[in-house]
Amino acid sequence: MISGLGDPRDIVKRIPAMHLMACHECDFLQKIPQVPEGAAALCARCGTVLVRNKPKSFQRPLALLVAGAILFVMFNTFPFLTFKQGGLEHRTYVVSGIRDLADQGMPQLAALVAFNLLIAPGLHLLAFLYVLVPVSLNRRAPGMFRVFRYLRLLQPWHMVEIFMLGVLVSMVKLAKMAQIVPGVAVYSLTAFIFVMAAASAAVDPHEVWERWEDPR
Amino acid sequence: MKTPGPTARDAGLVACSVCHLLCPGQPPGRQARTDKCPRCGARLYSRKPDSIARSWALVIAACIFYIPANVLPMTTVTSLGTVQSDTIMSGVIYFVQSGSWPIALVIFVASVFVPLLKLFVLSYLLISVQRRSRSRLKDRTRLYLITEAVGRWSMLDIFVVTILVALVHLGALATIQAGPAALHFAAVVVITMFAAMSFDPRLIWDAKEKTDE
Repeated sequence: MISGLGDPRDIVKRIPAMHLMACHECDFLQKIPQVPEGAAALCARCGTVLVRNKPKSFQRPLALLVAGAILFVMFNTFPFLTFKQGGLEHRTYVVSGIRDLADQGMPQLAALVAFNLLIAPGLHLLAFLYVLVPVSLNRRAPGMFRVFRYLRLLQPWHMVEIFMLGVLVSMVKLAKMAQIVPGVAVYSLTAFIFVMAAASAAVDPHEVWERWEDPR
Repeated sequence: MKTPGPTARDAGLVACSVCHLLCPGQPPGRQARTDKCPRCGARLYSRKPDSIARSWALVIAACIFYIPANVLPMTTVTSLGTVQSDTIMSGVIYFVQSGSWPIALVIFVASVFVPLLKLFVLSYLLISVQRRSRSRLKDRTRLYLITEAVGRWSMLDIFVVTILVALVHLGALATIQAGPAALHFAAVVVITMFAAMSFDPRLIWDAKEKTDE
């Protein structure tokens, strides 16, 4: 199955570098064939996805990102969850919990939650737009490949979907104690998760990286 | 025996860890390099620097934080003068007793099972790499990828505490305060995420090449 590419020392001279790729999980050097649209190329040794050919259009991810920006502003400004018990009503916002943690003497924890929930997703959105707008216009913005790298480093710290599961758990936890009414921010947050996931899924990162060699 | 194809390192190349651009590397034998990827600016290295030592240090640090995270209270509920503290496990048991099995399972998996699994899997991978094990290379790579992807979901409990603290704000009637375990647990999650990031799965495959030569 696994066929060697011959003597490793002169491999670069024999095969043009643009057709070669090293697997990022096992370092296996291999030739990448033409991948049909919708298909993916797997590493011949460890089976990791190397390249996935997605539709070559940046219109869809851009539209999704603009929607994401609107939803981001919405979930930060509209009421989030409202606590109702008898005549008592306590309305909260997404930032309320972060502020309360800081007030309770846990600024480090408040900072971490703020980073996972507001700063990382916000930066993610801005960085994504900064890269995709010039790419879709066949232009370059200063440092856009560097920004695209930060975007990939930021990805695991963007935890809005985990927070959403936390909302569900909290609602069940308090269900016996009071009535919890979800506000507009809850729905915008849900939509934000799907819109951002769809935007990321619609972009083939290699399509962006390849612009470095070939500014069309 | 299959003839293994060369790795990028054998061919004198270095693949950028972020954008996967193949760059010419330094002659073999020289480890330390400070080159940057010409495309995205990431530091270039054939294998992550001090991967095993860094991962071990972070795994051990996470194990230490794991103890206070489970022993100390996660939340403290003050309701009409009575104070009740809950640890991670007592929170799970509360849901089991009140009949919310699915929620109990979700919290158990995210806060107990996943962090422990992560510490065990990373230790296993590190030991197997250090012993230059050649068994189940593909499965171990997959195990690493799953561990890396699933670790962030442990933050669930921290977010639940954040939401509860904001919602239950009834003055003398009832208030919820975050306990010291929350900070330690957040440290476990963040440190294990860094531990997984500093492990280099290519080390798993290096054992194969050494023996095939």
